[in-house]
Amino acid sequence: MDASSPQNDGVLLLPEVLLLRPSALALPFTAGLGAHFRLLDPLDSPEPARSFLSSRCRAVRALLCLFSPALPVKAETLDLLPSLELVVVSSAGLEHVDLPYCRRRGIAVTNASAAFCEDGADYAVGLLIDVMRRVSHGDRFVRAGSWPVQGELPLGFKLGGKRVGIVGLGSIGSETAKRLASFGCNIAYYSRKERLHVPYTYYANVHDLAANSNILVLCCALTEDTRHIINKDVMSALGNEGIIINVGRGALVDEKELVQRLVRGEIGGAGLDVFEHEPKVPDELFVMDKVVLSPHRAVFTPESLEGVQELIIGNLKAFFSNEPLRSLVQYE
Amino acid sequence: MHVRPPKNSQSKDFLQMEGIGVLMTCPMFPYLEQELEQRFHLHRLWDFPSRRRFLEAHAGSIRAVVGDTKVGADAELIDALPGLEIVATFSVGLDKIDLGRCGEKGIRVTNTPDVLTDDVADIAIALMLGVLRKVCGCDAFVRSGKWKSGDFGLTAKFSGKSVGIVGLGRIGSAIAKRAEAFGCPISYCSRSEKPHVSYKYYPTAAELARHCRILVVACALTEETRRIVGREVLDALGPEGVLINVGRGAHVDEPELVAALLEGRLGGAGLDVYENEPEAAEELFPMDNVVLLPHVGSDTVETSTAMADLVVANLEAHFAGKPLLTPVI
Repeated sequence: MDASSPQNDGVLLLPEVLLLRPSALALPFTAGLGAHFRLLDPLDSPEPARSFLSSRCRAVRALLCLFSPALPVKAETLDLLPSLELVVVSSAGLEHVDLPYCRRRGIAVTNASAAFCEDGADYAVGLLIDVMRRVSHGDRFVRAGSWPVQGELPLGFKLGGKRVGIVGLGSIGSETAKRLASFGCNIAYYSRKERLHVPYTYYANVHDLAANSNILVLCCALTEDTRHIINKDVMSALGNEGIIINVGRGALVDEKELVQRLVRGEIGGAGLDVFEHEPKVPDELFVMDKVVLSPHRAVFTPESLEGVQELIIGNLKAFFSNEPLRSLVQYE
Repeated sequence: MHVRPPKNSQSKDFLQMEGIGVLMTCPMFPYLEQELEQRFHLHRLWDFPSRRRFLEAHAGSIRAVVGDTKVGADAELIDALPGLEIVATFSVGLDKIDLGRCGEKGIRVTNTPDVLTDDVADIAIALMLGVLRKVCGCDAFVRSGKWKSGDFGLTAKFSGKSVGIVGLGRIGSAIAKRAEAFGCPISYCSRSEKPHVSYKYYPTAAELARHCRILVVACALTEETRRIVGREVLDALGPEGVLINVGRGAHVDEPELVAALLEGRLGGAGLDVYENEPEAAEELFPMDNVVLLPHVGSDTVETSTAMADLVVANLEAHFAGKPLLTPVI
């Protein structure tokens, strides 16, 4: 709402938005949001959450889901919100939202991948070059003073000409493909549906993509269908020299299987920004030079966080003004 | 992922070359050694306790020198080999070869251009991503166990940052093509403005540094480009600026670079080369806004193999009286 909203005794009537967030989190967004919306935050109330929702939120039309909220956006929460029409999500991933349930209720859902797809793609490329060219390995090597003593690092591998399979050609996957094409990589992809007008080869399932790739880059959302989508069969198809880069969610990969293969030399290397049980990382990885490890930072730049806040506010304002939403998730 | 090109087929020329003395100046790549050994009489300089001892024993029989960026062919070596006809370097850089002396004596020189262009350009982008997005810092953070106690923090966005390239040759152009895919505006400086190039030209490195966030050194090392990045350029680049060097250590005034980083006058640096390799300035080791690589610009299996094949092909062509593939002189 803007400055011309009706006032009542000097108090602006801002639209109400229910805020569902993780319990222990410094929130970068809420200061900016408070200027436009009246935030209802169950974690700020002494009342138990379910009671807060049923007593205070019956008229709430919009809900903001931040990161991994203490109350997931699933049936047991949604059933307490009879007026809900919109769920705004701050991430690209939608695993905290029951999409089919929202669809049945006629609730629109927006996500935020447009705000940080460039950063996500940049980081995926950074991890891939690091694995192929031993960048973190080399940096460790020099800092430890090993260069004058031990001579040279083992050779790395060239990017040009390698077949890269992108799993999920959404905004992050598309931006990643565009960047890797400039390095001379051959790009193919798997997506639930084939995309028209993209210059990349399509495979209808991940196994076939892996069989025809040297490298897999995981850019898809975590859903019930994509849990452990990179499983034993897919890893076998990728082959002993294959590389896996994950900037999606840890649970896209059967992590136990991946670690065992890395230990046995049945996979070439991995660049991992996400893990199944963050911040826990399997011990075996700490001594490997053929992996690059990252603490879930692919999209954490100041520009992306500002972009997410701007997109959240944009979607909420559009909703309350009956204008088209900016990043509506299409139900398929 | 290891691509081996087909071996040269046996021929009369091949067999007659077995007696030709070829001197390799230092260990560079086992495959290259094997290929040279199969075709020529290969001498390894490092097998001898000193250069003088080697020369006493074999100087007269050496008709070719294979050098690299560590040990090349200086005037002293050239003068000591009366039968020397050709220097084939396992590099594109020529700064370790006395080209003047070779020219005077009619000695041919070949290098390995083009095959390593992509690899060096890839490393330049890797260094940019490493410095801005702290990929290496994140890896170190996880390996140290610190993630259990807290998050890493934010890093600087790379896409869209302005990139200035010192030297728009093969490697500089390849860097530009990649940076463009990240939405980076490109500018450059060069001995002269290039026609048919859409990037903005600046006549000096300092002017270029004033107008970009990330400055990449990708030019050849010559008398003019020695220490092309000094105090003036570093100050122009500034506390938000990042220096990337995939050229030669001698392109940069290293003590000035270290001081600028220590004092916060420069935002960060990604280095593949140093003034005194393999000794990199130790003051850099604890810094979290630098990425340090041990001169790996072209160090891939694929490119090393292609470079080795080119060295061998140039030598075979020379001794068969055929045109050199990649002559410098």
